[in-house]
Amino acid sequence: MEGFYSAVSLVVIVPLVGMLINLFFGKKLGEKGAGFIAVGASAFAFVIALTLWATLVNQDYAPAIVNAPLIHSWISVPSAGIDIPWQFRVDTLSVTMMLVVTGVGTLIHIYATGYMHGDERFPRFFVYMNLFLVFMLILVSGNNLLVMFVGWEGVGLCSFLLIGFWFDKPGKHPKEGTVGWSNSNAARKAFIVNRIGDFGLLMGIFLTFWTFGTLDYYKPNEVIHLHHDDAPPPVFAVEGLEAEGEHAEATVTEGEHGGAEAAHGESEIHGIFTQAELWFEEGNHHVKFGSIDLDFDVVITLITLFFLLGATGKSAQIPLFVWLPDAMAGPTPVSALIHAATMVTAGIYMMVRSNSFFYNADLTSFVVTIVGISTALAAGFMALGQWDIKKVLAYSTVSQLGFMVAAVGLGAYAAAMFHLVTHAFFKALLFLGSGSVIHAMEHGHHHAHEHGHGHDDEHDEHDEEHHDDHEFDPQDMRNMGGLAGKMRLTYITYLIGALALAGIFPLAGFWSKDEILADAFTIGFDEGELKGYLALAVLITAAAMTAFYTWRQICLVFYGKPRTAAAEHAPESVSAMTTPLAILAVGALLVGFMNVPNGIPLLGWLFEGIFGEHRFTLFLEESVIHAHAGDFNAVLALLATGIALGAMYAAHAIYGSKAMPMPMEKDPLEDGQFQPLFALSNAKLYWDEAYFKYIVYPFQGAARFLANTIDWDFWHNFVHDRIIGQGFQGAADVISQPIDRQVVDKGFMSLATGVLAAGSRLRKTQTGYVRTYALSLMMGALLVIVIILLPTLRDLLGI
Amino acid sequence: MQLETTGVSLTSVTLFAPMVGFFILLFLTKLSDERIKWGALITSLMTLGFSILLLAQFKSDEIGLQSEHIAEWIPTFGIYYHVGIDGISIWLVMLTTFIMPLAILISFNMIHERIRLYYLFMLLIEFAMLGVFVAQDMFLFYVFWELTLVPMYFLIGIWGGDERRYAAVKFFLYTMAGSILMLLAILWLGNEAGTFDVKVITEMVQSGVLSFSTDTERLLFLGFFLAFAIKVPLWPLHSWLPDAHVQAPTAGSIILAGILLKLGTYGLIRFNLGFFPNASADFAPWIAALAVIGIIYGAWVAYAQTDVKKLVAYTSVSHLGFVVLGIFSLTSSGVQGAVLQMVNHGISTGGLFALVGILYDRRHTKAINAFGGIWKVMPLFSGIALVISLSSMGLPSMNGFVGEFTILLGSASSDVLNIWFTAVATLGVILAAVYTLFMFNKVFMGPLDKKENQELEDLTWSKNWTELGALVPLVIMIFVIGLYPSPFFELMDGSVGDLVNFVNSVAVAGK
Repeated sequence: MEGFYSAVSLVVIVPLVGMLINLFFGKKLGEKGAGFIAVGASAFAFVIALTLWATLVNQDYAPAIVNAPLIHSWISVPSAGIDIPWQFRVDTLSVTMMLVVTGVGTLIHIYATGYMHGDERFPRFFVYMNLFLVFMLILVSGNNLLVMFVGWEGVGLCSFLLIGFWFDKPGKHPKEGTVGWSNSNAARKAFIVNRIGDFGLLMGIFLTFWTFGTLDYYKPNEVIHLHHDDAPPPVFAVEGLEAEGEHAEATVTEGEHGGAEAAHGESEIHGIFTQAELWFEEGNHHVKFGSIDLDFDVVITLITLFFLLGATGKSAQIPLFVWLPDAMAGPTPVSALIHAATMVTAGIYMMVRSNSFFYNADLTSFVVTIVGISTALAAGFMALGQWDIKKVLAYSTVSQLGFMVAAVGLGAYAAAMFHLVTHAFFKALLFLGSGSVIHAMEHGHHHAHEHGHGHDDEHDEHDEEHHDDHEFDPQDMRNMGGLAGKMRLTYITYLIGALALAGIFPLAGFWSKDEILADAFTIGFDEGELKGYLALAVLITAAAMTAFYTWRQICLVFYGKPRTAAAEHAPESVSAMTTPLAILAVGALLVGFMNVPNGIPLLGWLFEGIFGEHRFTLFLEESVIHAHAGDFNAVLALLATGIALGAMYAAHAIYGSKAMPMPMEKDPLEDGQFQPLFALSNAKLYWDEAYFKYIVYPFQGAARFLANTIDWDFWHNFVHDRIIGQGFQGAADVISQPIDRQVVDKGFMSLATGVLAAGSRLRKTQTGYVRTYALSLMMGALLVIVIILLPTLRDLLGI
Repeated sequence: MQLETTGVSLTSVTLFAPMVGFFILLFLTKLSDERIKWGALITSLMTLGFSILLLAQFKSDEIGLQSEHIAEWIPTFGIYYHVGIDGISIWLVMLTTFIMPLAILISFNMIHERIRLYYLFMLLIEFAMLGVFVAQDMFLFYVFWELTLVPMYFLIGIWGGDERRYAAVKFFLYTMAGSILMLLAILWLGNEAGTFDVKVITEMVQSGVLSFSTDTERLLFLGFFLAFAIKVPLWPLHSWLPDAHVQAPTAGSIILAGILLKLGTYGLIRFNLGFFPNASADFAPWIAALAVIGIIYGAWVAYAQTDVKKLVAYTSVSHLGFVVLGIFSLTSSGVQGAVLQMVNHGISTGGLFALVGILYDRRHTKAINAFGGIWKVMPLFSGIALVISLSSMGLPSMNGFVGEFTILLGSASSDVLNIWFTAVATLGVILAAVYTLFMFNKVFMGPLDKKENQELEDLTWSKNWTELGALVPLVIMIFVIGLYPSPFFELMDGSVGDLVNFVNSVAVAGK
């Protein structure tokens, strides 16, 4: 079985091969072939991930480190002590991520073959999708921070490519009025904002290397053992390193896992996380940076704050979340895979992976919590007043990511990962469902367009709609309505996703959201920490908003009567699209049960008996040292569910079947006492405007000033050309006007023509002439040098 | 001081290989244009072949010069023809021999006037640049250094854009001004040491036989430094660069950015670090400050450009800032990263200039606003442009990242620079994304709404293979270095480690 660990390389290589095939032969393969290759690559990777999972279970969850084939070392600078290998890590955390990425990824690939049908760049789309899998899998499976960073930036690139996939899609920029640039600009914005986060991550990596002398998470000869029943601080041991026996309560087991690790040579130092644990346990450790002597706690605080900056970029948290809503410009499968289920969770993965750092950094944990809960709240609020079906989901994603980040801040790493997994299912489901709706609306619109006038007697609004035909937005929920009857399967699956998102018992979102709330409760009320109280209060509010905007969306999209001809004629999507929806819906129903808490009243025996308690948490604990299982809090669960149901009821009362019968009608909340709040939400809290006003425009203005005024007018034209250049010219004129006229001015042209002329003349004369010419050229060059040299030479030699 | 002469070595063979072609093209005047082109290409490929042999026989476990060739030249002044390579210069030789065939190839269908003269200059400049990298005698170095000016001057002045004469003269005078100071420093140093031999002087300095007073060392340091800093160009001495780049023909820009600028950074390592460790350590924070300002300034100014070629030109100021920062971190990681980044910059910026040239060739404009959406009509070209742009902005798994990361790791662990240098330089990573994506966005993405762009032809092997022929090797090297840079470091590790140890043992430890 051990040998199967090395299959981890294939998890990366298989999608890479798929991507290369489609890159070079995609056009020839056509839609069917290209789609088959891409889906096949993704499915194959999923099977490998399953194998790895089975191997882990079989091997008693012993983690393994596997070298990449062919190229073992990546950046290796011996004299500087740098050795960063291409190394993968198989442990329960990385395999969890692999399963999510390839599992949900495969379903979305299948869906996309239907969704992208007929697109002229169909194969290219799947090139990017497979490339995304490659980078995402590198991100989650790397054994050091830098390999993770490869994936980290790589997925950013794929995100850029896929947001900008329809880079020339006509669409007016709301403010600048430019046509056709919105998708390209959204892509660029995503990449640049992410790069700001990457700056943070990179700085964190520098500091980490500086502190530990390595970037490896763990060294091949280290195996972490946990005593599940021990309260934190956890006890862990380092295997095979006798010297460290005193530091930790060593459980030196026999090297039964040794064979699983394709060891990368012996190393004397520990991986960064082991070292951090040892130093924390030791206490009072100092790190020397040249002349600066820093307390280890301070260093870790700095590192984790930088990591947090990275996470706010990739996982769309305040202050860097602004790219994600714009990223919805990409095709919907992209929104589902990259901007909901997987890539955006990279920040959470990274922080959970670094839990040895974060757990011990109190200040950072507090900041992380604040960032998470404020994002959850702000994004939840912004989702309330959106019209675009995907924008609602986008802000919802930002909000849910806030929940996960808050969980990390609370030290509830297992809960964060749990919510990550369940969210991957139901949010991918919702996005794909919205894609199905958009697709149907487009079809319906085309249909209505073709047969438009035939229906005039039924729908008065047709004329009006036909009139501004090119403005028709298939993503605007005000154009929808009544789709429940038109798209049965899409509706049912969407409903399941929505209920899961709203956290309704017993769907996936209920369990995972509740675990975060329960952890916040414990930290607040049992341990008396401020961040616990704050998180509990804010997250419950955010959960209420979640339920509200989710049900608002259901009402606007599926209930009532069709508001437009497009909605009237919306057909159900093809089976390539609906089958993944159905599978994901089953997932959204069931994945929550993989981590059923203990202590559930009444039905506890049922869930615990069937599914087992904390299965997922126990699984994660094998690699996430500080993961712990939270207790079920019945009162809290009832309260949260009650609030969610209340919010849904309110949404139904406002947006239920009777509201807004006409297309593009005002929102019921747009008038009346909630008007200012709705406007604020609809305008996304003016966040983008503020960034443009205070950052982007000043940056551009400064760039123009630097480039035009400082660099060109002043430095280039005035100082160089005027003062230095003309001054030199003037001096030269005075000294050597005759020579200048003859040599410098006519110099190069005449020399050039001279060579050519010499050449043509030579055709007639003998070659001896050339030698003379070449010699005179050489002599001339030497003469110049000697002239320059002469004065100094004379001084030097005393001539 | 007498040096023992040796037989001809492979270094000399590589060095003179371009001259073989040069003389053939010079003497055989009846060659057709096609044959001239092929002659130049084959010569440069042959040079590449010799340099590969040189690389193959390079022993990474040996510190010091390899494949030396010493012959008498001007014995009266103790000036020798002394060439050889070490772990640093081998990579710059490889860069030169790798870029030159591509620069020649891309000229095939771009240069239509005075073809013979053009390729003569191409081969001459290859000879001169190789000479700079292999010369182990200061005087020889100087001769080659000045010799690079001549062909570049003509390349810009004859085949350049509208303001070519102005740009050529400015380029010539500007760099000349610096090199005169260097010449003074060379003569002074040669006088002090009693020899012009780089190897001997290095040994004398290392063993303490040759030492200077603080002032003398600083003056000599500055004499060399100014010449190199202009060439790099280090901010604020970059004013000649946009002119030269914008006016130079495509291959001229490729050579200029790809190789010629590295003459400066190479000189900084070889002479400033090698000869003047104390002054290097003393000046390091100041120079690094200029480098970091250059990183930010170059990137910021690049973002506001309206001409693609000028934009790329300014990015060089930013990228070379990283290289100088690495060198003056005085760490092994920083210097090795710098050497690799010189190669990387040659590949990615050379590639960018090739792309701009190809675009200009089709569209006869370099204004960013004139483009938009050309991904639609030129998918292959745009794909390659994407790879090269990403390499330039340092995407991990591509070459630029490895260099930048190693440099920044070096500057972060430097004893002479504090963490702020690294922090501010790392901000350059964000700015690189800003200008690169600005350029890529405006040129390749967005709507294809301009009529002239709708008929642009994509790259094809069948119609014009030279363009793809020049670009594909660059793309391959981007990934080779990006994914597996270890062999590159392995070869230079000994030489750089030795140099850095020396500098640190003398200067940093002495503080």
